[in-house]
Amino acid sequence: MMSPEFNLVLPESLPEALAALADHAPDVAPWAGGTNLQVDLRGGSYRVGTVVGLDRVAGLDEIRRENGSVHLGARVTLADVLREPLLKEAGPSLVESAWHFAGAPIRNLATVAGNVAYGSPAGDAVPPLMALGAEVVLESKGGTRAVPMEGFFMHVRKTVRQPDELITALRWPVPPTHSAEAFYKLGLRKGDAISVVCVAVQLVRGEDGGCSQARIALGAVAPIVIRAHEAEIKLVGEALTPSLIGEAAREAAEECSPIGDIRGSAAYRRRMVEVLVSRTVTQAWNELVGV
Amino acid sequence: MEPRTITLTVNGRRQATSLMPNTTLLDALRSLGHFDVKNGCEKGDCGACAVLLDGKTVNSCLVLAWQAEGHVITTVAGLGTSENPHPVQRAFVKSGGIQCGYCTPGMIISAVSLLRENPDPSKDDIRHALGGNLCRCTGYTRIFTAVQTAAAEMARE
Repeated sequence: MMSPEFNLVLPESLPEALAALADHAPDVAPWAGGTNLQVDLRGGSYRVGTVVGLDRVAGLDEIRRENGSVHLGARVTLADVLREPLLKEAGPSLVESAWHFAGAPIRNLATVAGNVAYGSPAGDAVPPLMALGAEVVLESKGGTRAVPMEGFFMHVRKTVRQPDELITALRWPVPPTHSAEAFYKLGLRKGDAISVVCVAVQLVRGEDGGCSQARIALGAVAPIVIRAHEAEIKLVGEALTPSLIGEAAREAAEECSPIGDIRGSAAYRRRMVEVLVSRTVTQAWNELVGV
Repeated sequence: MEPRTITLTVNGRRQATSLMPNTTLLDALRSLGHFDVKNGCEKGDCGACAVLLDGKTVNSCLVLAWQAEGHVITTVAGLGTSENPHPVQRAFVKSGGIQCGYCTPGMIISAVSLLRENPDPSKDDIRHALGGNLCRCTGYTRIFTAVQTAAAEMARE
């Protein structure tokens, strides 16, 4: 079956790509891996006049360390994330999410930036990036801006990206020395599954031995991926104990607003948020204190 | 929307064809006679249409044909011949890793891609590599056996 008609532009440089987006905006969509876009075009849930393919644009496939930050280019695929040694240290929760992401044929096409751009609450790359404190780098003919992950999503499939803007990179601070990340995806099967609940955390341990910073990001339990701020507040300033972690996990379950669907009821999702926040925070803390 | 004549390199052969921009690589390959590439779900779930693009497994239903120009495409028929099959193809026959056969081309493509990157995979590695290929007949057991058999045979060769 054919998709509805569209024009395909295949620019060879970033300025050309940004010019193409500007020329055709708002009836234009960038195509990085295309694994969501093609499905929506073919299924008829989305129509667009012009598609700008990024495959030939040079310089968008880099993962590098730059001034204390990790820079991950727009064309980096989930398979690239699994192969990149730098990310084992500087983004272990993102690597973990890439391992559980769809299946191999998708991981070779789908990009991390595309997963962010799509704005699904069940985009599995988003919670790790949010817990790592990432920002989204948006470029257009008019200039460049960086938006923190928490400010990028507005509603299901709605983001602050303008039609003439391209996510050119994702950027986050290299995790500090005494920090640990954890990730858990609950799906109905191990591969090729959409998250029922997805949790990513980053904890930092201060010089006094307590938890000095906590970020908890929850996927698939609200219209957008959210931070569990109240739960984080419970954790900061203390050496973590099972009872404290339990309190924070209950707080996180209060903070989310899941729906019920074919993958799980709202009540089940809320309960799993509690279980999985407790599990991931415990895992990260144990790593920090050397258990 | 205007068609364009593009050249695809499939199993070592260059084939020119005029295609619309919204034509998928899957449709292009089948229109060029490569019926060994199967059309399953057309949304990247089932892996029946998997081919190697520059050596990497991709769902050809999610790639636009224009984007595949200039890249090397290998379908399951490009891996071996009836007289001289690829060790993975041989192992699927020997282990009975085939029932209706519809998922087999994609399964073999994914298995070959796995064994090129990881010649000695664990059971988990095999499951992980085949996670994007659905089989509704076999229960997967003999498919795993086939991949293990192929890995062992390729290690001996």
